Amino acid sequence: MSTKSTRLFEPALVQTAIREAFVKLNPRSQFRNPVMFTVELGTIVMLLVTVYIAATGDQSQGSLAYNLIVFIVLLLTLLFANFAEALAEARGKAQADSLRKTREETPARLVQPIGELYVGEIKTVPSSQLRKGDVFLCETGDIIPSDGEIIEGIATIDESAITGESAPVIREAGGDRSSVTGGTKVLSDQIKVLVTTEPGESFLDKMIALVEGASRQKTPNEIALTILLAGFTLVFVIVCITLKPFADYANTPIPIAAFISLFVCLIPTTIGGLLSAIGIAGMDRALRANVITKSGKAVETAGDVDTLLLDKTGTITLGNRRATHFWPANGVTENDFVETALLSSLADETPEGKSIVELAQQQGIKASLPAGVELIRFTAETRSSGVNLPSGVRIRKGAQDSIRNQVIRQGNTVPAEIADRVKAISQNGGTPLVVAQNDEVQGVIELQDIIKPGMQERFERLRKMGVKTVMVTGDNPLTAEYIAKKAGVDDFIAEAKPEDKMQYIRTEQANGKLVAMMGDGTNDAPALAQADVGVAMNSGTQAAKEAGNMVDLDNDPTKLIEIVEIGKQLLMTRGTLTTFSIANDVAKYFAIVPALFILSIPGLQRLNIMRLHSPESAILSAVIFNAIIIPMLIPLALKGVAYKPIGASALLRRNLFIYGLGGVVIPFIGIKLIDLGVSLFF
Amino acid sequence: MTTELLGIALIFGITIALSIPLGRYMARVYAGERTLLDPVLGPLERLFLRISGIDTLREMTWKEHLKALLTINLVWFLWAMFVLTNQSWLPWNPDGNPDMTPDLAFNTAISFLVNCNLQHYSGETGVSYFTQIFCLNFLQFVSAGTGMAAAVIVFKAIRDKQTTQLGNFYDFFLKSCTRVLLPLSLIVAVTLVFNGTPMNLEGKASYVSMQGDSVQVSQGPAAAMIAIKHIGTNGGGYFGVNSAHPLENPSYFTMIVELLAQTIIPLGMIFALGYYIRNRKFSYMVFGVMTVGFLALLAPAVWSEVQGNPAIAQLGISQPGGSMEGKEVRFGSVASAYWSIITTVISTGSVNAMHDSTMPLSGMAELLSMMTNAFYGGCGVGILNFYIFIILAVFISGLMVGRTPEFMGKKVEGREMKIAMIVALLHPLLIMAGTAIASYLAAGDVNMGWWYLNAEGQPNTATAWLNNPGFHGFSEMLYEYTSSSANNGSGFEGLGDNNPFWNITTGICLIFSRFLPIIGPVAIAGLLASKKYIPESAGTLRTDTGTFGIMVFAVIVILAALAFFPALALGPLAEYFSI
Repeated sequence: MSTKSTRLFEPALVQTAIREAFVKLNPRSQFRNPVMFTVELGTIVMLLVTVYIAATGDQSQGSLAYNLIVFIVLLLTLLFANFAEALAEARGKAQADSLRKTREETPARLVQPIGELYVGEIKTVPSSQLRKGDVFLCETGDIIPSDGEIIEGIATIDESAITGESAPVIREAGGDRSSVTGGTKVLSDQIKVLVTTEPGESFLDKMIALVEGASRQKTPNEIALTILLAGFTLVFVIVCITLKPFADYANTPIPIAAFISLFVCLIPTTIGGLLSAIGIAGMDRALRANVITKSGKAVETAGDVDTLLLDKTGTITLGNRRATHFWPANGVTENDFVETALLSSLADETPEGKSIVELAQQQGIKASLPAGVELIRFTAETRSSGVNLPSGVRIRKGAQDSIRNQVIRQGNTVPAEIADRVKAISQNGGTPLVVAQNDEVQGVIELQDIIKPGMQERFERLRKMGVKTVMVTGDNPLTAEYIAKKAGVDDFIAEAKPEDKMQYIRTEQANGKLVAMMGDGTNDAPALAQADVGVAMNSGTQAAKEAGNMVDLDNDPTKLIEIVEIGKQLLMTRGTLTTFSIANDVAKYFAIVPALFILSIPGLQRLNIMRLHSPESAILSAVIFNAIIIPMLIPLALKGVAYKPIGASALLRRNLFIYGLGGVVIPFIGIKLIDLGVSLFF
Repeated sequence: MTTELLGIALIFGITIALSIPLGRYMARVYAGERTLLDPVLGPLERLFLRISGIDTLREMTWKEHLKALLTINLVWFLWAMFVLTNQSWLPWNPDGNPDMTPDLAFNTAISFLVNCNLQHYSGETGVSYFTQIFCLNFLQFVSAGTGMAAAVIVFKAIRDKQTTQLGNFYDFFLKSCTRVLLPLSLIVAVTLVFNGTPMNLEGKASYVSMQGDSVQVSQGPAAAMIAIKHIGTNGGGYFGVNSAHPLENPSYFTMIVELLAQTIIPLGMIFALGYYIRNRKFSYMVFGVMTVGFLALLAPAVWSEVQGNPAIAQLGISQPGGSMEGKEVRFGSVASAYWSIITTVISTGSVNAMHDSTMPLSGMAELLSMMTNAFYGGCGVGILNFYIFIILAVFISGLMVGRTPEFMGKKVEGREMKIAMIVALLHPLLIMAGTAIASYLAAGDVNMGWWYLNAEGQPNTATAWLNNPGFHGFSEMLYEYTSSSANNGSGFEGLGDNNPFWNITTGICLIFSRFLPIIGPVAIAGLLASKKYIPESAGTLRTDTGTFGIMVFAVIVILAALAFFPALALGPLAEYFSI
């Protein structure tokens, strides 16, 4: 991951956010949020009352100073809420900008098409002029001007500008790794790239638009929560409006400021003010984890995921198999066998071959290939490889059935102990490679998958979250089962073909589960589209990226786990702040209701359990508390409530204790403290 | 006093002990299993069903259920209006009672149809025996049956994993009436008859008292009505003063019977839910939350009644029996306080003492019982009201554990929240808006015109309906709308409520507060039932735990109880702090 600013209140962002907070006072943008819209209406009424008092000097509604302060506090409440949203937006935008900056205005070498073929002249144009369907050329040292797909050539590319990962990656035409990202640098070779998106329509552009609010749509969960909050607001509309005739009947005049303060304090302004900030912050956190989300809903859904499909290779195990053991046949010394194995692999460029060399060297065996050696490459037909030495010695290594065939054809047999060993290795999830010299079996090399460190713990954590993990592998069922057990995943799909993945996802979904998966290849695209959360790797094909609802810039297959936690955090932050906001009402009732009636019904002084100084100070303290709690909770809203996989009931107990009980107690203390200050003036 | 306290503890204990087996029995009835009464009632039911052409095996969607429910209710309403406005010439009217005025008939018909039994009339002079039996008694059965049937629709929706077919309304309704309400009512009625409650068709009895005055005593088919008024949590008494009347509630023993009668079905419904959905822990959670709420309301009522009236204490008069104003000596202050809370948490509304005379804190507890309207609650509808709060609590707590909220394997989304919120809002809206209008009129002492004529036919001003000025008068108005909106039917009394203004406004309040809280939960349950079932995992929030119970309780307190805080401060609280 690249260096990301983690400071919450970056001065530059705060400045932008403050400016935006005022712009957002526009009723049209407030209208999206019913809770804050009613606060705005209340603020306007208070402004009118203040102006009226200033103009006429009528004191029946309380002093000018008192009404002015109520107005200012209400205005601050609005500004604080707007600030929270603006800050979340600014942070998201800054994050996206830093990604986008890398791809601004680089010269692009456009290939002028002549007829059907991309051969003609090369013309240098600014990257902003590239259109979908254009083809450009990149050579060593070039910055790639735009996202696209390689149609010709192979190149090593430095993607550190995007991913922060310094190791170069190989991208080539035709495969599942044909995508290149604008802003990355070609380190070697030459490629021709087809532009796949119109300018301003890349995933990053879409995400920025999402954060900026222009195209931000409320997610289903946000809608449901808004309904709940609107309901709570309406309850208090009823409470406050009906209070007027009640008070008239009781001959208790209530000033307008008190009505509006009561209303604003009771409606859930805390969560109402922070709601959209929480949603944007969820996308921010995803972006911070270098994941581009195509919608806010995707992040939310991630929190609900029941089943996680993970590719074995690269996710659960370290890339490729590695040699872990040499098993010589009877009558062959270990050193001789290791040397034979080493000779067979010295020219072998596959990761497995390299790992055999490494293991042999670790055991202190050294050998080099003599000149004039003949290399026998692996083919799908022979399923073996090896060398023919000038001395006439033929060494072959390969899958046990292919070597056995070769051996038997020459009239030899596979020794019993080797056959047993081969079986044992397979059962332990390993891959046996049998080595023969001049068609006589010398021994067997054991290759094993190495499970990434820390994976077991991660799967345990997921299990506690209630997420089922499924390993997808091309291995045979025996090997797959062994690795699945060792890594601690709940299920596996062995000998998996793309259709199998699709089938598995469909079955899980038919049982009501939400499935997340990660993929990169074109043949993953249908499954990515079918999955509820499909994360495409940025290195993957355009088709895969279109099909998924998130793109991972790091191409890190374990990223899914982080995404699930980000989703859960998002929902939890909403839930806990809602609880906190509603729980606050208890104290606010006890601050304001006595204050409304004390003057005409002195007996109600006994309801003033906080012993607030005067009706004015009580009301001011409540609205001030109500206002300042919003900025105080901004860090929590933006960072999210920490998720702890301790089981749903325990988590509820914990959050109910902190945010529910805390929400009841804190305002009692807060309002009392503020009252101590306010009482000096009122 | 200790004996009296032990008395109510014992009554409550017996109630729980009886309601658990009743719950199991009801679950069996609704699951369609064979029960004891099948051989007797089965053939009779089949005969009626054949005549009416109803096929009780045809499964209905939630919309079809509601259509059936509302249609049959409309038919009953028309029947009730006809009887009430024509009772003077209909048979069995030995006392020669007159027809009801249209507004009173409207209020009475609605109020019995919706299981409220507000009774702006007095049984002795307001209705004939024909009306009592064929209109009021009948409605007391079918309105309770309607509520229970609606609850069973929700039960079935919770139990069946993924379906749109939710059983047959007429089946649920018929079984509620014939297998639950009828046998229980028979037992209670017979017990009452043996303890002195009349059950005949004769007119007023008369005797000459020792002083030489000629006294007339109303009688008639009382026992049957008193039985179903409690079994069906209706509350509409045969006599005007309800169960404080010596013939309606002759002794402490009959009081126990009547208390048990009104409590066992609401409690039994909770346990029936557990048996029916095969999750008894869930019903323990519901029972736990409701019981905590009930006890929290009972405690201040009993305490303040036992303390007695401070105004009397200031006169130097000792009150060994607690506050006895408006109470029957045969019941005492503790049992009366217990009854007053039972009858208000459970939307019965029958009374054995004058609620108007209870102490301010008891009055507030009675009001709060009806304002929350979710602790035990009426026949079937209690659990429906509670269901709404469960949905709201599920939503908030689901978020708190980091998942899209789900209840019993079904996702709760915008549409369900909208319905739940409308139902939750309706109750405070009706109470506060009604009281606000009445307060506004009273504050300005508005001339009511046709809406409120005095005995001479001249228009009254609004304050004339208040027998008490000040805070208590406010409580009376608040109580009347609260009782209507909670479909309770008890009155604070002291309010001049038999006039077009109160008859019509409370009547409208009754219609909304009965049918929307039935339609809402049935719709939510139906919508949820048709959604995809999500199997439980470690991340799923369980709703049958104490923690979730706390959450539901908190939602009820903050949404339902605290919303009324300003109103209560001006009524009972102001009164309490001012005496």
